[in-house]
Amino acid sequence: MARTSTTAQSSNPPPRGSPRFLLVAAILAGLVILGTGAFLALALRDNPRGAAGTVLASAIGGPFQLVDQNGKTVTDADLKGKWSLIYFGYTHCPDACPTALNDISIALSELGPKRDAVRPVFITVDPERDTPESLKAYVTSFDAPILALTGTAEQVAQAAKGYRVYYAKHPEAGGDYSMDHSSVIYVMDPEGRFTASFTHESAPEQISERLKKLIG
Amino acid sequence: MFIKILAFAAGLVVASAALAQPTQLEVNNTWAGATPGKAENGAAYVTITSPTADRLVSASSPVAKKAELHSMSMQGMVMKMRPITGLDIPAGQPVTLKPGGEHIMLMGLNQPLHEGQSFPLTLDFEKAGPRTVTVTVEKAGARGPGPAAAKH
Repeated sequence: MARTSTTAQSSNPPPRGSPRFLLVAAILAGLVILGTGAFLALALRDNPRGAAGTVLASAIGGPFQLVDQNGKTVTDADLKGKWSLIYFGYTHCPDACPTALNDISIALSELGPKRDAVRPVFITVDPERDTPESLKAYVTSFDAPILALTGTAEQVAQAAKGYRVYYAKHPEAGGDYSMDHSSVIYVMDPEGRFTASFTHESAPEQISERLKKLIG
Repeated sequence: MFIKILAFAAGLVVASAALAQPTQLEVNNTWAGATPGKAENGAAYVTITSPTADRLVSASSPVAKKAELHSMSMQGMVMKMRPITGLDIPAGQPVTLKPGGEHIMLMGLNQPLHEGQSFPLTLDFEKAGPRTVTVTVEKAGARGPGPAAAKH
């Protein structure tokens, strides 16, 4: 009897507090965290409107007050009622910004009748140089009807903060400067909730396919 | 007649060998994006192939006050553009400047670049010296050269 009890004890898990127990517990906890992360990543990828999407929806976006290319005041409330594709950039940007806006234009042209449900929005991170007039000339060069927004340095900072957009002036020789900036296309639903995002690696076809599914 | 055909065939072989391995530095697929509105800056892109190692050290064009070599890099989601002092061209390996990578930044354009126009661009190489090429302007935000630029 005593012998059986000894055997049983040796095959039992080590007592709480022992180094081996702690190691096993730490590994299990690590697996749970990794698993949750993977689940969230997959949930976000496949179902941006699902549970995980709701968590992020409150984290991206927010109130702003800016002025459009015609000098009219535009707030976050004015974006409701349509899907929005929001990109932060600047007109002196020779590469990433025109590529993003042209990608958006191509994606929209592939939406057919659904294109009217989507409003592309270009928000400058360079209000010092980007006036409503220069923005107007800039965005009319693209096929899609783009709402272009600027404002005071503070107004732009508030909008960028809401969308978790980083930007910083990078001085160059001769007094010129470029802007470092987050290069992301945000998709906001007609209620103003963050729904999906695209990067410079997203081809226009990927953007339009995703939008078709989202708009339904 | 037979000799003539033989000579022609030999000529073809030599020509195709020359195509596969350029005997001197070549600049192809020269294009730029149209500049939207009154944008003062544009970007030009090229593909450079050289049989021997070389280095692109500067650029200039009559359409802009100055032309600089720039690189783009993504750090996380943040796009950064920085001037670079030169671009190494390894022997026999084509180097392609493209959106999201390196470009020739045209700063202070005298006129906006319109789709369909073309302009001269001079590239200075450490060993091969200056090369002037014709750049074709594509749509603003295009991701690559169109058929017209690819022919150059």
